[in-house]
Amino acid sequence: MTAAGRPGIGWWLLILPALLLLLVFYIGPILQVLAISVTEPEPGLGNYERIFTSESVQRVIITTLRICLITTVLALLLGYGIAYTITLASPRAKGWWILAVLVPLWISVLVRAFAWVTLLRRQGLVNNTLINAGVITEPLPLVWNEFGIIVGMVHYMVPFAVLPMLASMREIDPRLLAAARGLGASRGQVFRQVFLPLSKPGILAACVLVFIFSLGFYITPAILGGGKTLMVAEWISLQILDLIRWGLGTMMATMLIFAIIATLVVFSRIVDLRRIFGSGA
Amino acid sequence: MDGIHPTGPAARGLAWATALYLVLPILIIVPVALTDQRYLSLPQDGISFQHFRTVFASPEWLGSIWQSFIIAVCATVLSVVAGTLCAIGCWRISRRATDLVRVLMLLPLIIPSIVYAIGLYRYFGPLGLLDRFAGVVIAHGVTGIPYVVITVSTALAAFDPRLEQAARGMGASLSQTLRWVILPRIAPGIFSGAIFAFIHSWDELVMVLFIASRDVFTLPRRIWDGINENLDPAMAAVAVLLVLFTTLLLMADRALRRRSEG
Repeated sequence: MTAAGRPGIGWWLLILPALLLLLVFYIGPILQVLAISVTEPEPGLGNYERIFTSESVQRVIITTLRICLITTVLALLLGYGIAYTITLASPRAKGWWILAVLVPLWISVLVRAFAWVTLLRRQGLVNNTLINAGVITEPLPLVWNEFGIIVGMVHYMVPFAVLPMLASMREIDPRLLAAARGLGASRGQVFRQVFLPLSKPGILAACVLVFIFSLGFYITPAILGGGKTLMVAEWISLQILDLIRWGLGTMMATMLIFAIIATLVVFSRIVDLRRIFGSGA
Repeated sequence: MDGIHPTGPAARGLAWATALYLVLPILIIVPVALTDQRYLSLPQDGISFQHFRTVFASPEWLGSIWQSFIIAVCATVLSVVAGTLCAIGCWRISRRATDLVRVLMLLPLIIPSIVYAIGLYRYFGPLGLLDRFAGVVIAHGVTGIPYVVITVSTALAAFDPRLEQAARGMGASLSQTLRWVILPRIAPGIFSGAIFAFIHSWDELVMVLFIASRDVFTLPRRIWDGINENLDPAMAAVAVLLVLFTTLLLMADRALRRRSEG
């Protein structure tokens, strides 16, 4: 073929199967979604006009953004605590902490949503326990509302927040912390003035990752929202499967793609995106 | 960093609370699955395995488990073959064009599956792939490629490219180099990718909701219907079995990694 050292045509052929599969069976369907959004029910930007005129479209977008922001903030806060503790833990303890983060990450999202329903519904374990203990007399509305969605979503997102933060905290030189302590800084000062600023790239990466995953999340909000609080993904599925309004459904799907790409572009200026996806697996 | 700078009580408390929040809700399904009652509850007069028996005696549950398993195996083969070759090609060529290919390969992780699912619903119609085994395998296989590309690329980053050049220089063909030099070195990365691609397909629900209806009825689909229609303890039993299965796969992955490192 070619001389050693210069990649020949054979190496390009290795890429071909994956590339073809992706172009034909991934990019193709996605492009079709974009196309439908400007061609059905009639050609033009009519579907996009609905963002400015339809109250229900606006409500879905605002609800989604609100839930995503709350989820991101909570997941980052909880995740930071874990990542910080893992970074400073002894090697033995580290293994256990990481297990506590990774096992939930890979357990079926359906199983986790089911567990939350078991716990939070009206006759669920939490309400029953509280009633039996005499703390409350009426069951609390813990699920099939925004509260339930956020509890389930944060639970899903914490591991995704931990991984990039952990990767960036690993790069912090522990001697810096020791030096700051030696120079008379209190534990709080070491954290605020040394550790926190150094972990900022990880926080930003986690922020992007959790936010874009939250935007298009379907299963957990659909189960824990009980059809009352609609987020974008469930709304899309409703348009397509129940109302057969392809134009509106694909319009929202297109907006979702653009929102995610816009988030990535904005953040790629201040954070190395490889940080986000390099640690994803 | 142990010993140099121990965490304070506030951070420790937050971390413990979060760990419990992550793990406890998943563990709670174990006693619920062992309940002696006919409804979702904790065991009252002792534990019972009746709900596990219900699952194992149900042709519907067993059929879905089997279908999900076969689909996941086929999809994993597709992802692993395509993803591994692609990662090796990108690694060896390593130009601007291959950087683009790598970014392209990450798209299924970035674009929400709901968007892809509605696209497939329309796309598969004319191709006759709706509610077909092959359709679900293709959808899961293609979206599983990123996991393999990531793990194999990570394994390749630690591989000395001069070994490949030496093999080629001594007259090995491309397939011989792949078979005898590159693949054995990156096998742990390929296995990790395979496990993640398998779990991805095994758990996948959103695409299945759109492209499958009657003939293909996977386990996640049956769980979904169960959660929406009848919440009974058999669901908790299925959930426990799933958690056990996933944990076993992850332990296999850890053991493999440890062996390849040690």
